[in-house]
Amino acid sequence: MTPFCRLRSHALPFLEDRVDTDVIFPARFLLLMQRGDMGRYFFHDRRIDPDGGAIDGNPFDDPRHAGAQIMLAGADFGSGSSREQAVWALTGFGIRCVIAESFGEIFAANCLRNGVLAIVQPRAVVERLAILESPLEIDLEAQTIGADGESIPFDIAPSHRERLLKGWDDIDLIMEHEGARIAVFEAQQRQVQPWLYGADA
Amino acid sequence: MSGRTLYRKLWDTHVVRDYGDGSALLYVDRHLLQETSTHQSFVGLREAGRVARRTETHLAVPDHGVPTTDRSAPIADGLAAAQVEALKVNARDFGIAHIDLDDARQGIVHVIGPERGFTLPGITLACGDSHTSTHGAFGALAFGIGASDCATVVATQCLVQQRAKTLEVRLEGRPGQWVGAKDYALALIGRHGTGFATGHAIEYRGRAVDAMTMAARMTLCNMSIEAGARVGMIAPDETTFAWLEGRPHAPRGKMWEHALDYWRTLPSDGDASYDRTIELDVEGLAPQVTWGTSPQDALSIEGRVPHPDDAPDRGEAERRRRALDYMGLAAGMALQDIVIDRAFIGSCTNGRIEDLRAAADVAQGRRVSSRVRAIVVPGSTGVKRQAEAEGLDRIFLDAGFEWRHSGCSMCVAMNADRLEAGERCASTSNRNFEGRQGRGGRTHLMSPAMAAAAAIAGHLVDVREMAS
Repeated sequence: MTPFCRLRSHALPFLEDRVDTDVIFPARFLLLMQRGDMGRYFFHDRRIDPDGGAIDGNPFDDPRHAGAQIMLAGADFGSGSSREQAVWALTGFGIRCVIAESFGEIFAANCLRNGVLAIVQPRAVVERLAILESPLEIDLEAQTIGADGESIPFDIAPSHRERLLKGWDDIDLIMEHEGARIAVFEAQQRQVQPWLYGADA
Repeated sequence: MSGRTLYRKLWDTHVVRDYGDGSALLYVDRHLLQETSTHQSFVGLREAGRVARRTETHLAVPDHGVPTTDRSAPIADGLAAAQVEALKVNARDFGIAHIDLDDARQGIVHVIGPERGFTLPGITLACGDSHTSTHGAFGALAFGIGASDCATVVATQCLVQQRAKTLEVRLEGRPGQWVGAKDYALALIGRHGTGFATGHAIEYRGRAVDAMTMAARMTLCNMSIEAGARVGMIAPDETTFAWLEGRPHAPRGKMWEHALDYWRTLPSDGDASYDRTIELDVEGLAPQVTWGTSPQDALSIEGRVPHPDDAPDRGEAERRRRALDYMGLAAGMALQDIVIDRAFIGSCTNGRIEDLRAAADVAQGRRVSSRVRAIVVPGSTGVKRQAEAEGLDRIFLDAGFEWRHSGCSMCVAMNADRLEAGERCASTSNRNFEGRQGRGGRTHLMSPAMAAAAAIAGHLVDVREMAS
């Protein structure tokens, strides 16, 4: 996974509340099995009309936001379904950091698994960032958002921060460091809940 | 030391390593797999040359995109067919048990997990589907995950997880006739908002919960995710044990007795405390329906579509305006005046035999409105056969409902079961999001009895009046 250290980019503002993963990535595209090209389905039904034409005025195709790697969002962003395709579409579109009032929990976990930094900020801050003309500067090491000369601090769990900074993959990390602990756990659990280890478990 | 909650007991007994910042490496006892969320997991596992750590802890079944009409022919949709086939191949290559589409055990993951006794009290259970919270009804710590985490579970049997805060939801009082778990879930979300439980594990308690059947408990826990919580749980009790005994994967004989002793230690201790508590008195609660595009847009059937300007803040007012526009409704109209085109009875929320019995009670001797196309989709093939043995299929067919094979169907609209743009549906599913049941489709969430009543009346209606 690509490590996340610093990011300097304009932001794509989309401050609707309770944007669920069905809106981010409509379910009918879940039938596609290739991960490569999912950016084109990012907010598909807000960008493309049923006849295949572009929907005017949508922020995702607004030239002013072209190339944005940071997205600004409202409350409960990414709530609903656990589909990781929503995050693959987001990264496929070029976004590496989302700043929102709050996140759906599974979506936030999926962001972490894909090297996407999800930052929680009060609504007033998100709204202020949305009207800035200068780029934002995210510094994960320092846990700050640089905005027009101002430095706004943000919180992140230390283990999440480390994973993103180092670009660690969970499976590698667990297999490399925790194999012995897992084996000990299983041996103990087998004593307490032996029915979980039956032949037809 | 003060007492521990059910959630905390399950968390503590599954920590492999505590990272000290509220997160831990958590052991996952059981993993359910469906076709749409796991293909990329196996792509990654193959690339890295990984194998399954404990093959016997996984169970795979296709449910999301499967057809519910004819099952004798190959799946017509090439993409869906490829996904169903890929799941079978992935399961075979990794040594994981797989239930095929034509197998009598097939069904929605969250219906068959409990049905098989694969879901048990005291376990951690993960699945690449947000409604995995359903299994919390058995006193399991069950939560939805993404495709990356599915791969991690297969390879390591563990996940890095953040410990949640605890939220006690107390349901007290005795409900009236035709009011139950779906109405409780919608009322809670309607009153407190879809984000009210974000960051929390819900434990449902109280007299109304004690009195609930397992099916009703599953409905309630299922919709925890709509309240923002990944986890919703109910302590196991005699109702739970009676339901599980004799299920294919449940322990037997002496091992059953041993398991019972262990499971009886799981309920929250008397002096356990929760980070938050909310209460709902179900006495006098009316059947609930949604009017908008978020589950929190839930109101009593006696109500009216709200005015956006009455919203508590500007963001919510804008969201409501957008929802009214999408739903094609006018503020102030009576909910019972909302005319429908379709009705859907099924899903992991309301596709169990008890749900179908409730809908059949309403449908018996009545006719579906000539303007409505109504389908009943059992949650599993087992539920379908049980319903047929009880004659429920006849009741539905005689009333003009279509009787289908099991699957997620019109809850996620990945197969042919979907709404056309502008069509309006009375649905027993869990999400009324924009486009959820088909692009431009309009969803009103409600209980099985209410959806059956709406199908018959041709508009949203109070089932208590129709059935009395």
